[in-house]
Amino acid sequence: MATPMLRQAPGRAPEPQKNGKVGGGLLDPKQLVISLPDALRKLNPTTLWRNPVMFIVEIGAVFTTVLAVTDPSIFAWAIVVWLWLTVVFANLAEAVAEGRGKAQAATLRAAKRDTTARRIEGWQAGQVAVSWDTVGAPELKQGDFVVVEAGEIIPGDGDVVEGIASVDESAITGESAPVIRESGGDRSAVTGGTKVLSDRIVVQITQKPGESFIDRMIALVEGANRQKTPNEIALNILLAALTIIFLVATATMQPLAIFSKAQNPGIPDSLALTGDGVTGIVLVSLLVCLIPTTIGALLSAIGIAGMDRLVQRNVLAMSGRAVEAAGDVSTLLLDKTGTITLGNRQASEFAPAPGVTAGELAAAAQLASLADETPEGRSIVVYAKQAYGLRVRQPGELAHAEWIAFTAQTRMSGVDVDGRQVRKGAATAVMKWVRDNGGRPTEEVGDLVDGISASGGTPLVVGEVLDGKARVLGVIHLKDVVKQGMRERFDEMRKMGIRTVMITGDNPLTAKAIADEAGVDDFLAEATPEDKLALIRKEQEGGRLVAMTGDGTNDAPALAQADVGVAMNTGTSAAKEAGNMVDLDSNPTKLIEIVEIGKQLLITRGALTTFSIANDIAKYFAIIPAMFAAVYPGLDTLNIMRLASPQSAILSAVIFNALVIIALIPLALRGVRYRPSSASKLLSRNLYVYGLGGIIVPFIGIKLIDLLIHFLPGMS
Amino acid sequence: MSPTFAGILFIGSLVVALVLTHRPVGDYMYRVYTSARHLAFERVIYRLIGVRADTEQRWSVYARSVLAFSAVSILFLYAFQRLQDKLFLSLGFDAVPSHIAWNTAVSFVTNTNWQAYSGESTMGHLVQMAGLAVQNFVSAAVGMSVAVALVRGFARKRTENLGNFWVDLVRGTVRILLPIAFIGAIVLVAGGLIQNLSGVHDVATLAGGTQHITGGPVASQEVIKELGNNGGGFYNANSAHPFENANSWTNWFEIFLILVLPFALPRTFGRMVGDKRQGYAIAAVMGILAFTSVAVLTGLEIAHNGTVPQAVGAAMEGKEVRFGVANSGTFAAATTLTSTGAVNSFHDSFTALGGMLTMFNMMLGEVAPGGVGAGLYGMLVLAVITVFVAGLMVGRTPEYLGKKIGAREIKLASMYFLTTPVLVLIGTALAMGSAEQRASMLNSGPHGLSEVLYAFTSASNNNGSAFAGITVNTPWYDTALGLCMAFGRFLPIVFVIALAGSLAKQAPVPASAGTLPTHRPQFVGMVVGVTIILVALTFLPALALGPLAEGIS
Repeated sequence: MATPMLRQAPGRAPEPQKNGKVGGGLLDPKQLVISLPDALRKLNPTTLWRNPVMFIVEIGAVFTTVLAVTDPSIFAWAIVVWLWLTVVFANLAEAVAEGRGKAQAATLRAAKRDTTARRIEGWQAGQVAVSWDTVGAPELKQGDFVVVEAGEIIPGDGDVVEGIASVDESAITGESAPVIRESGGDRSAVTGGTKVLSDRIVVQITQKPGESFIDRMIALVEGANRQKTPNEIALNILLAALTIIFLVATATMQPLAIFSKAQNPGIPDSLALTGDGVTGIVLVSLLVCLIPTTIGALLSAIGIAGMDRLVQRNVLAMSGRAVEAAGDVSTLLLDKTGTITLGNRQASEFAPAPGVTAGELAAAAQLASLADETPEGRSIVVYAKQAYGLRVRQPGELAHAEWIAFTAQTRMSGVDVDGRQVRKGAATAVMKWVRDNGGRPTEEVGDLVDGISASGGTPLVVGEVLDGKARVLGVIHLKDVVKQGMRERFDEMRKMGIRTVMITGDNPLTAKAIADEAGVDDFLAEATPEDKLALIRKEQEGGRLVAMTGDGTNDAPALAQADVGVAMNTGTSAAKEAGNMVDLDSNPTKLIEIVEIGKQLLITRGALTTFSIANDIAKYFAIIPAMFAAVYPGLDTLNIMRLASPQSAILSAVIFNALVIIALIPLALRGVRYRPSSASKLLSRNLYVYGLGGIIVPFIGIKLIDLLIHFLPGMS
Repeated sequence: MSPTFAGILFIGSLVVALVLTHRPVGDYMYRVYTSARHLAFERVIYRLIGVRADTEQRWSVYARSVLAFSAVSILFLYAFQRLQDKLFLSLGFDAVPSHIAWNTAVSFVTNTNWQAYSGESTMGHLVQMAGLAVQNFVSAAVGMSVAVALVRGFARKRTENLGNFWVDLVRGTVRILLPIAFIGAIVLVAGGLIQNLSGVHDVATLAGGTQHITGGPVASQEVIKELGNNGGGFYNANSAHPFENANSWTNWFEIFLILVLPFALPRTFGRMVGDKRQGYAIAAVMGILAFTSVAVLTGLEIAHNGTVPQAVGAAMEGKEVRFGVANSGTFAAATTLTSTGAVNSFHDSFTALGGMLTMFNMMLGEVAPGGVGAGLYGMLVLAVITVFVAGLMVGRTPEYLGKKIGAREIKLASMYFLTTPVLVLIGTALAMGSAEQRASMLNSGPHGLSEVLYAFTSASNNNGSAFAGITVNTPWYDTALGLCMAFGRFLPIVFVIALAGSLAKQAPVPASAGTLPTHRPQFVGMVVGVTIILVALTFLPALALGPLAEGIS
């Protein structure tokens, strides 16, 4: 038997806040500097060609460099420098976006240390005395059993098959509070790299070697195998088409320019136009200014940053496609418990029996619940305090009280104190208890109980025996409490055109009551996993995209079927496998945020595309008069910016074109501001900001740059 | 009446007439293309050409049918012209030279009707009637068929079927074009146009010379020339010839004929996709672009900037005194906004900026309202591109009429809008790069450049109008412009039908508050903006060295 080797976690890098996750999404100027080497490396044409727009700019930069070497001038070299900077800035945008993921990946790698595992050969359920051999974690295969004890690192992803333990999952989730993992049920999944804090568990490995959750996380946040998403591909096609158009427009201008120059033989050659046509430097400058460089430069950064924003919210998307699909979702399936309602029922009303005041009932109910540690019991104490101002007494204050605990047999709990017996519990149980003690519950109490049941609530009857006289004091109305702000969230969803469907195991009556209160559009009551799957299929038949959350193994088919399936990290491996996103915080409400991030991603792309194209108008007004006003002085009327000279006009346009990339990197990383509203309103707003703004901003920008640079030598 | 007031009255009455006919004509076409019944006469045709009229075609079959039909038409028309002297009613004209025959065959089959010849001195009556006039009908019907196929792509779901090209072709010809043309021809004859089979009359003129006046079936050809947006005149002077366009009100009627079908098709579209508001939105985009263009063009001509027009007091050079400035301006705008290309004045002689506007109209891709059918499908492709950018800005995968605009759709739409600008610009650059081709220009300087740019714009966009001035019946121009016409017509058609195929396969996404509404003024404004900006950005350098340089000196 090999000696179990306990490897203590080696000294880890001091944990920055939330494991080095970049907060807020703002751009630290330092990141630009850090990412610069990466940006320069990306100049390599064998990788750059994947971005056709910037690849064209690079070719242009090379071409102008050759021209500047053969025929040097300050103007030519200034253009060359700024063309190269345009490419570098574009690479920088991508490098910065990736850099943020890399920081994340580094901390994840720290979790993926050389762990060893104690593998048990042929483990049988219930087997106590086990023998193991120690192997390296990478040698573990699917289906192997390992034993992990307090202080050890779990060697791979798997399910707990025996035991219960508290596990520190902060390496993955950033959450320092330990979580409970136990065999059976929906909390059996453990992740490699996390640490067992107490007890001992046997884990069956479910991952293939090298495909652990952490491995996938690292690949995801690094964007190593980032696939272009469908909308990104479509947008790239449009950008390529625009690039071709402008390529043709600039190239075919040449014979026209030569002809025009030849028609006006008296006019001397300029830096822009000679007898051989427009000079190469100016032609390339025009081309670079016209092709959609702004969006071309930022497109991949936007995609990476979108994934990153999800990571910052502790959600891992297994593919960019899923993030995009989130923006398109038109039906949200939300589990009632934990998502729409707080997990537990809470006291919401005291309905006294005839002849009893509400205050008396509240006092008795509170007294009976003082020692009740269930969430329901606590909620009765709290409600009595809030609604009737009753002071919460500690059970210890009533030293001589005898607390009666709830049992499945009696189905009630309470207290015997100072000769008074108070009980609260299931209606039938308490009524029987009152009757047994000689009391006579009235009709009205029965009506109250039925009324509460009918409204979807749970009635708890309170009874007492005082001086040998038994009576029912009244009924406590327990109900599901809808989380605060849910109605507003659902209203927002409706505005965005998203239908919300509540899924619950409750009966239709209860379900309807809660659905009405929460303001969801529809509900599915007494839902089985099959019902859920059928509902998703039905919605998809109608052309809708469906998003849902789930954690249990029985959710797995529905998670797989849904277009966006968010598995809770606390859930089973099967659920995590089936979904296309994992929420490390296991917070089902996050689905709503995921949808917003998906939309924000698309909006950012659309807005910057619009901005990029709108920019071209001003650039034409700068460059066309600069090229041809010498030949046709009338064209100088187009120089509405009154730029100082043809050289400064062209250089200003090129500089503006490069600087706008840098200026928009923060926006690309952060995403365009998104407030849920109807499509029409969103479009209007974005059209004003990025369409109209895109037309106006470059006029101002180019003019300002011209004011600065026309002092440079060689600009007149 | 001042020219301005006359112009406003002329344009205003046209707008009223088009608004009044929009619904009934559009609804009628809707019934034509959706009805399940065949007329007895149509059944005879189907039996003759061996078509099973009740089977539907996939996009590839539909596209093949269009191409096959057009290829056969070109061959037939070419042979017809080459053999003219062997056939009767040739009026004694020789066989048409090969390069002109090729150019003319392509030109009429592509609905361009670019004429590198003078009709009255080249073509006999048989070629005019049985060759060219037939193409005037069927080439327009082809355009409508393709448009209807695209609309079916939007309207249908989960199907490969786009309808049957042969049925669409026959119905468009028999039920739409022929009846309207028949009535229209009678109206034109009443207005003073000629309709006979007489040959050349030699007439002694007052000045003592002789003039050859060719008679012929003019009215019947005139009406389809305008209605089908063809533009190929019986006479070289086209609609400026008194036998083709007698007076101011035949002029009004001809413009009305040009615009009536293209402006009614959006209604057909709205009905077919089951949402009339979508049709109104498309009609609104066309209307705004067209009205602006007509108003600006007429305004520029009335303002008559430029040295000579200022000196003589009006931009009357190249315009008929019968029509005056406003009527000529409106005709010029209408003919270039559609794919007609008929002219009642010389665009070459327009003020520089007015001439630029006629080019700009064509560069829009002739979508406002565009050629019969071609305008609608061109506009829908622009709507698809607009929806794509706008749709991203509302945070969803872009969708139009419930159909997702994904990579394949945007690829086809992009190739569509790439085709004509590339043809125009490369053609112009080749011509301007060669001294031999430059020699065809009548004028030097920017105006000469405009002549060449206009020729390639007109051919590639299948307009067919000429700036005049330029001599184009050389083998080089005939071949180059013929290629531009052929590619400019059939590449976009293939892309459009393929787009229709990929749209028809999709299941529609139900509309919700998160869907971009495509029937509101907001969207109309966006399509107008995208159309103008795309075109302006593409052609500004070329325009700057041509009409713009000339116009703002």
